[in-house]
Amino acid sequence: MRIALRALRINKLRSALTMLGIIIGVAAVITMIAVGSGAQERIESQIKGLGTNLIILMPGSTTTGGVRMGAGSRNTLTEEDGYAIQRDIPAVQASAPTLRGTGQVVGGSGNWSTVFQGVTPEFFEARNWVVAQGRGLEPQDIAGSAKVALLGDTVARNLFGDSDPIGQTVRIRKVPFIVIGTLERKGQSLMGQDQDDIILMPISTARNRVLGQASGRLRTVGSVSIKVRDGEDMKAAEEQIRELLRQRHRLQPGQEDDFSLRNLSEVLAAREESSRIMGLLLAAVASVSLLVGGIGIMNIMLVSVTERTREIGLRMAVGARGRDILTQFLVEATTLALIGGLLGIALGVGGTVAIGQFAGWPIQLSMEPVLLAVGFAAAIGIFFGFYPARKASRLLPIEALRYE
Amino acid sequence: MTAPLIITRELRKSYALGGLEVQALRGVSLEIGGGEFVAVMGPSGSGKSTFMNLLGCLDTPSGGEYLLAGERVSGLGSDALAAIRNRRIGFVFQNFNLLARTSALENIALPLLYCGVPAAERERRAAARLAEVGLAERGHHHPAQLSGGQQQRVAIARALINDPVLILADEPTGALDTLTSCEVMALLQQLNRRGMTVVLVTHERDIAEFAQRVVTFRDGRVVEDHRVAAPRDAAAMAAQLRAEAGVQP
Repeated sequence: MRIALRALRINKLRSALTMLGIIIGVAAVITMIAVGSGAQERIESQIKGLGTNLIILMPGSTTTGGVRMGAGSRNTLTEEDGYAIQRDIPAVQASAPTLRGTGQVVGGSGNWSTVFQGVTPEFFEARNWVVAQGRGLEPQDIAGSAKVALLGDTVARNLFGDSDPIGQTVRIRKVPFIVIGTLERKGQSLMGQDQDDIILMPISTARNRVLGQASGRLRTVGSVSIKVRDGEDMKAAEEQIRELLRQRHRLQPGQEDDFSLRNLSEVLAAREESSRIMGLLLAAVASVSLLVGGIGIMNIMLVSVTERTREIGLRMAVGARGRDILTQFLVEATTLALIGGLLGIALGVGGTVAIGQFAGWPIQLSMEPVLLAVGFAAAIGIFFGFYPARKASRLLPIEALRYE
Repeated sequence: MTAPLIITRELRKSYALGGLEVQALRGVSLEIGGGEFVAVMGPSGSGKSTFMNLLGCLDTPSGGEYLLAGERVSGLGSDALAAIRNRRIGFVFQNFNLLARTSALENIALPLLYCGVPAAERERRAAARLAEVGLAERGHHHPAQLSGGQQQRVAIARALINDPVLILADEPTGALDTLTSCEVMALLQQLNRRGMTVVLVTHERDIAEFAQRVVTFRDGRVVEDHRVAAPRDAAAMAAQLRAEAGVQP
């Protein structure tokens, strides 16, 4: 061991350069795994935040002169559909019909362009919204088309800064509203949208006072958020909802659905899968660097064996067995790899923390990749050191001594 | 003379060199008694180095037999040969073969590393040997910081560390000037007087005359084997040379 350390010290620069391959490899593996699992973690938490059992119901597409418009372009979905789902399907925990609009909102110290949604009290449950301050919507707000609103975090901060918005008046599309509450922060959605840039109001108020739809006509909605009870089969619930809606819309067998059901958690699961694959890919690329580092060690050890042939010969002449020489070079290679591995861990952990700090990416450091990297580094040392070491141990003492 | 320490019978060695078989040794039978000081001479290509390598267990013979201290060495495996080199034979080389960037003490202790002697014991014994060759205060110098003669003395101390039965010196003075050569030879003579068997390879007649017996090789055979009636005294010659050059001992 001491001999090995000395040999490495004698060729400081060379040892350092050889280690560099391992250092970079190990650091890359650790960083990639940390960033990869961080991204995965974030997606998982988003799935949880969204609710894993959320189904979004949207109107179907229209066909105008053979041109099919996108989903939601048809006004086939009504508020009553939403209530019926809540009432008739036991597997559904909350069904929240929603009207959506955009507009300029004025209040407090400024104005802001945002999205407002007309919702029912069930919406909070269906979409996991939590009221941060004030109160949520009550059934009587809906019944009375009350001009009350809840502000998302972004809206509240843009209009009121740090002051308390509760009880203040805001004008949405020039209609005055009393702010009754603020919403807990949700952060960015998977698509990168700011989910907190939102105002919630009673669905009736949105329809009658802001969007200005005439009452009496079918009370159409943009979408219905449906939360299925925990433990219920999503597929079965989806089938029941489809069945109910086909019945309500009087669709003949063979006729296409005039609505679409989307299970968001499936989209997220696919996204999670793709991020996992991405992480694996990155780790694979990093492993290649480890491999290259290992080959670097082998290369240097081969050079070292050739260079030190006379030394090997002398050691053999004074009684070193082949096994002693093998051990010496193997220990040297492994030491090189291990020191490189440890430095790589330091660099990898440091780099990961730096990425977390400066790029703001979510990172997740765990013990496993670190241990894996060290084990891998040692294995590389032994594996790539074995061939040169064996070559050294097989030298004939007399030929090694005569080597020029 | 006591019982023969070295017995070779019809010792042969041939190499395959570029497809040609070269006979380096063509049957050498020789006996060397314990406590002898033998010089092996001969022109290059005479087989004297090959013979030395076989004596030193650095190489294995193609035929014949070699007994060292009654033990049949020819036919042993490489680990057994390593053990013999380690415990029974001390080597002195023309170019010293010390490990660079390694202190004199550690160089001397090197053979002990391969027979499991603990570090403290290694250091103690190495220091004692270094004192014997008169370099006690140079223990922590590296070979590059020592003169040629000093390096060869360190090498001799290394050869002695494991109390061998035989010292094999391959052109030990080849890289040294006359005075230093005499000093190194004086050291070998001194060891011989204390009972050590020394076999020396040289192509210089002057150096061979320090031995008690001269064996001459030619074309892979022993052609001459005679005793030197009155070996020259290297210590005395060194003293004389020093006096002539006006150098302090």
